[in-house]
Amino acid sequence: MLFVSIEIDVKGVSKSYGKTKVLQGINLQIQPGQIYGLIGPSGSGKTTLVKLIVGIDSADEGQVEVFGKSMPNLELLQDIGYMAQADALYLELTGYENLAFFASLYPMKKTELTKRIAYAAELVKLTGELKKKVAAYSGGMKRRLSLAIALVHDPKILILDEPTVGIDPELRLSIWNELMHLKNEHQKTILITTHVMDEAEKCDIVAMVRSGALLKSGSPADLKAAYGVRQLEEVFLQAGREQP
Amino acid sequence: MRIQALVKRIIRQMLRDKRTLALLFFAPLIVLTLMYFFFNGNGNDPVIGVVGADERLAVLLEEREIQFERFEAADPQTVIEEELDGLLDVENSSLKLTLLNDDPSVARSILVQINQALLMQNAAAGGNALALETEYIYGSEDTEFFDVLSPVLIGFFVFFFVFLISGIGLLKERTSGTLERLMATPIRRWELVAAYLAGYGLFAIIQTVIVVSFSVLVLDVVLVGSIWHVILTNLLLALVALSLGTLLSSFASSEFQMVQFIPVVVIPQIFFAGIFPVDGMVDWLQGIGRIMPIYYAADALKSVMYKGQGLADISGDLLALGVFAIVFIGLNIVALKKHRKL
Ligand SMILES: Nc1ncnc2c1ncn2[C@@H]1O[C@H](COP(=O)(O)OP(=O)(O)OP(=O)(O)O)[C@@H](O)[C@H]1O
Ligand SMILES: [Mg+2]
Repeated sequence: MLFVSIEIDVKGVSKSYGKTKVLQGINLQIQPGQIYGLIGPSGSGKTTLVKLIVGIDSADEGQVEVFGKSMPNLELLQDIGYMAQADALYLELTGYENLAFFASLYPMKKTELTKRIAYAAELVKLTGELKKKVAAYSGGMKRRLSLAIALVHDPKILILDEPTVGIDPELRLSIWNELMHLKNEHQKTILITTHVMDEAEKCDIVAMVRSGALLKSGSPADLKAAYGVRQLEEVFLQAGREQP
Repeated sequence: MRIQALVKRIIRQMLRDKRTLALLFFAPLIVLTLMYFFFNGNGNDPVIGVVGADERLAVLLEEREIQFERFEAADPQTVIEEELDGLLDVENSSLKLTLLNDDPSVARSILVQINQALLMQNAAAGGNALALETEYIYGSEDTEFFDVLSPVLIGFFVFFFVFLISGIGLLKERTSGTLERLMATPIRRWELVAAYLAGYGLFAIIQTVIVVSFSVLVLDVVLVGSIWHVILTNLLLALVALSLGTLLSSFASSEFQMVQFIPVVVIPQIFFAGIFPVDGMVDWLQGIGRIMPIYYAADALKSVMYKGQGLADISGDLLALGVFAIVFIGLNIVALKKHRKL
């Protein structure tokens, strides 16, 4: 095989909270320009894994490398856009102020900053609501604002933890179209966790996490072929049953 | 710049929270005013120096349980150096009482006791009355206990409210997940701590100026020394409160748990702030006082506001406060490692 560059490299990562082992010996590689989906039951360790990759939690064993450098790394964090599973927003501030605050933590010129804020807000259809305080936002609006914040500094890598929860189907479709656009036109690498199978179908690679271990990974088509099924959902269920 | 963005955000959040602002700026004024009206003093065991008293007066003093030490010669400086509460100077037929008056309730009780002792002596001597002349080293006979208490209270309020509000501020950042979210940006831990110090520090400065001005201008509290030294001391204390508040907030998981630190961390400091005489405590208690920031702030504030001392006299106290602040700030930066190793 030819040389394949690896953008995110998770090497034998394990993590425990107290006595409970949450992740054990996770290995995964993500190539530039891929959309990599993590699926798995609730409590399987997806969020924990994502946090370890971003570097806001530390592994007990193994390490995470991004662009060949081990995380956490302050310079690399400039190239990562992270959207947490739980919205982390300042409720007293308006949507615009939230966006502008997070954007100004990255090195950006003022004109660029204004442009990026407008772009990110438009992407999640929040332009008309930016003057409202976040406390007055609906759940879906908060989710959308969180996504906009992850995108605002034009990062090379997007790490999105269940980005489309609580977002209506139409907007979800347009967000996915934009993610595809970012991947195809701007070669962004996207790591996404989801519980929605038709979102998983759109990923280049899907990895299944169960009880803190990476069960299976591959393109949706390969996975379905391997199990001889037509729905990704069935792969998911069968893989679960195989486990001791 | 990242710090600037953070500071701007903190200020904006505070300005949106009118209730908290009111608490920070006006609650101390209300409590100070109440204390002004309601406070009455308490006493301890005073010791005075006596020069040239005859045996009869000595017996009388003993009967009234006034502790005294004899001196060949003494002046007000002796009182300060020997840590006495007063000096009774008997010369021929004139009696001069010099009172330290660092605690007016003590001074007043000495005066009352000595007056009574003299009355009895005069009665026994058959009427040739001795006139008692009284002098005060600090303050005057008009000194109210509140005048001595107020420097302590000002320091305490600055400490208390800054501690609470900055602690809860950072705690909210923790519980809402925004702190973790910030750690996913290239922000450095020290930048975050610096921004918190600057953002909340600004409000602490405003609060200090309001509280000090109100006390001096409205409540007419004695201010002999420089108001700038009062403000400087309070700012250092506020810095300590800020850094301690944010530090302890990392050990709390809810606002209520933050409030639980008040009886553990804040209230005990009152006992060492000079409202109750520290000198009367057993040694190990006095030792505990030495690790309480308010102990030093209260000492400095009392020295400036009441005794009119200058920067040189309070430099030790200010240094101690500075050391507290630096240690707490350092620990803050370390404590953030919980969220991101780097
Ligand atoms: N801070 C923590 N302390 C203790 N246990 C934790 C902590 N965070 C997560 N866990 C445990 O780790 C396991 C994995 O949690 P994680 O949030 O990674 O799951 P998840 O796959 O993201 O689930 P979901 O799909 O519901 O978001 C769970 O059993 C959870 O209880
Ligand atoms: Mg999760």
